Amino acid sequence: MTDTTMPPPEDRPAWGERFRRVATNGRLTAVLILLPPALILFTLFVILPLGESGWYAFYDWNGYGTPEDFVGLRNFEQMAGHSVFATAVGNTVKIIVVSLLVQMPLALFLALLVYRKTPTNAAFRLIFFVPYIMAEVAAGLIWSFVFDGNYGVTASIATTLGIERFFVLADRDLAFYAVMTVIVWKYFGFHMMIYIAALQGVPEDHIEAARIEGASRPQIVRHVQIPHIRPAIAVSAFFAIIGALQVFDLIIPLTNGGPSNQTQTIVTYLYEFGLTRLRIGFGSAVGVVLFVAAVLVAVFYQRIFMRKGTP
Amino acid sequence: MRFLATTALTLTASLGAGAAWAQEGEVTILRVQPGDEEEAFYAEVEQAYEAEHPDVDIVFEYIANEAYKSKLPTLLQSDARPDLFYSWGGEALREQAEAGFVRMIDDLVPEDVRATFPQSALDAFTVDGALYGLPLYATEVVFWVNTDLTEEGGVDHTAIETWDDFLQAVQTLKDAGVTPIVAGGQDKWPLHFYWSYLALREGGPDVVTSAMSGDGGGFENEAFVAAGEDLKELAALEPFQPGVMGTTYETSSGMFADGEGAFYLMGDWDYLPMRGRASDGEGLSDEQLAIMSFPTISDPVAEGGAGATLGGINGWAVSRDASDTAVDFLTFMLNRENQETIAERGIFIPIVEGADEALTNAFFQRVASDISGSDYHQIFLDQFLGASVGATVNDVSADLVADATTPEEAAARVQEAWDFR
Repeated sequence: MTDTTMPPPEDRPAWGERFRRVATNGRLTAVLILLPPALILFTLFVILPLGESGWYAFYDWNGYGTPEDFVGLRNFEQMAGHSVFATAVGNTVKIIVVSLLVQMPLALFLALLVYRKTPTNAAFRLIFFVPYIMAEVAAGLIWSFVFDGNYGVTASIATTLGIERFFVLADRDLAFYAVMTVIVWKYFGFHMMIYIAALQGVPEDHIEAARIEGASRPQIVRHVQIPHIRPAIAVSAFFAIIGALQVFDLIIPLTNGGPSNQTQTIVTYLYEFGLTRLRIGFGSAVGVVLFVAAVLVAVFYQRIFMRKGTP
Repeated sequence: MRFLATTALTLTASLGAGAAWAQEGEVTILRVQPGDEEEAFYAEVEQAYEAEHPDVDIVFEYIANEAYKSKLPTLLQSDARPDLFYSWGGEALREQAEAGFVRMIDDLVPEDVRATFPQSALDAFTVDGALYGLPLYATEVVFWVNTDLTEEGGVDHTAIETWDDFLQAVQTLKDAGVTPIVAGGQDKWPLHFYWSYLALREGGPDVVTSAMSGDGGGFENEAFVAAGEDLKELAALEPFQPGVMGTTYETSSGMFADGEGAFYLMGDWDYLPMRGRASDGEGLSDEQLAIMSFPTISDPVAEGGAGATLGGINGWAVSRDASDTAVDFLTFMLNRENQETIAERGIFIPIVEGADEALTNAFFQRVASDISGSDYHQIFLDQFLGASVGATVNDVSADLVADATTPEEAAARVQEAWDFR
């Protein structure tokens, strides 16, 4: 990288000369005109709130006036000692695991079935992609009707099988499995699309060559196609993890974090215990923890998996 | 360029003038979205006042309940704050008063106007001896009874006096194949009515206020633990509709109106809404409905709680920069004549003394006499204790019903939330 972009030191023109060139070729004007809007918006709505929540996190503050009651690390201590926070973190980890071990293999399997460009495949691709297009809140509401033990699909199943009606979302042990099912259903289409795009880029002659060598379909998938789309898998896993850290709008209409806080994720925990209870300081502390987790994942993941993958 | 500059100047000037004019004669009022009839009533009041005061512009704005609660703190700190806003009194108003976002109106409300409100209702809008708003209506939480179902199950609800009677009735109904109680467990607050009422009955009228001041072990007081035990005793009978913890308030309200359970612990305000939520849009007729007060405890931890009621005293708070005109409009809106109109139309039970005589609905009449005859009207704990502790009370009530906590642990969690509020 270094040897391609920078000219050798002796060829570098003098500073004045460089500045004049930059100033006259219109690039500087472009920067001056195009950069400020984005920069100002980003600063106002991303950087400032980030900094502010980092500040609020050390105060006991209910949102009225300016924070005055400095409590040091108390918000963080309370969070660490709160059983519901532990449940929320555990649930988030469960979502990550299910995304990686169930959702991604499922998406890959379906992608392998429909990646070739035929009219039937296009239809199926669309069908599989529909859940992802749907708004999260709408999807959550629809599934809350599906799981409804009185009128929902589960009620018809129970009647058909002649068993007692069951209420998945009201069951402390089952509710989170229901939530995870909905999450897999909602997002597998997105990962499938990433794989389809990558699979279409795998050189056909490689597959052809393997076939002539006598490789079976599973062997082609295992030794030709998957190695080729490894960068795409790395990207989709990254999205799966970051997405899992942020799950919120599916849960609220489905269970609202209940029963007995068994289906809270880190973000619903933040909302429930920070915002609705008007403990803005505490909520900010949760936000800081979530932000740090997301940044750590992003940085380390990119370092470890995504650099090797890219050519 | 000069044209641009002039336009800009004119624009700024006119905007500035507009803003100044708006400040002088405009009164903005923010309320949680009410029903259509109440909204129509406000439109009439607005017209009547504007006809008498042509220089005043009254503007009513409405937002949905949950959004209102989360937006209000931000709104009060901005320049767009309303002059009058809907309030539940209690801790929330105290927090607003301590942060200096509400206006003291003692000098603006004449003595004769003040005398039209019961003292207990004024107290709900008083913080440290200063008045910050005026009450609008009172609500009471009662057991709504589906008399068809109680008859079918062989239970006489008028004979239920004590909690033990009630448990017995629940068992009888269950044996007869009738769902004894419907509740919206997913929203948690419908279940907090049980815990609150039981705590009042077990610990007497000042159980909550003394816990707030830390007396007798605070919220870990015996009375709160006993309330938890009573609630667990009920939950052990599995009295609720199946899937209660996955049912919202709205759904449960419709279920009761559809005749899917015999008892339903809810505020009097649900009288009209529950019919709207019934699947046929009509629900139970007045003949099929009855009201029952929350049962008493035969051997309570402390005496005196048998006559207490639980409910709300809702009203209007006056924000920091509100004009005197805003307060004048407030007293106009709450005058006896206007509140009688409300009573006549059966919109809610006005708190202004005497206005409830205009009530025509028998259920509202009963609730009005309950409240005026009550030894102590406790405001909903989830409002009274502030947002954070209130939500914890809702949590533990739901957990007690779901058998996810013990009565001792429930009381300790509320105390912990109170310490950390």
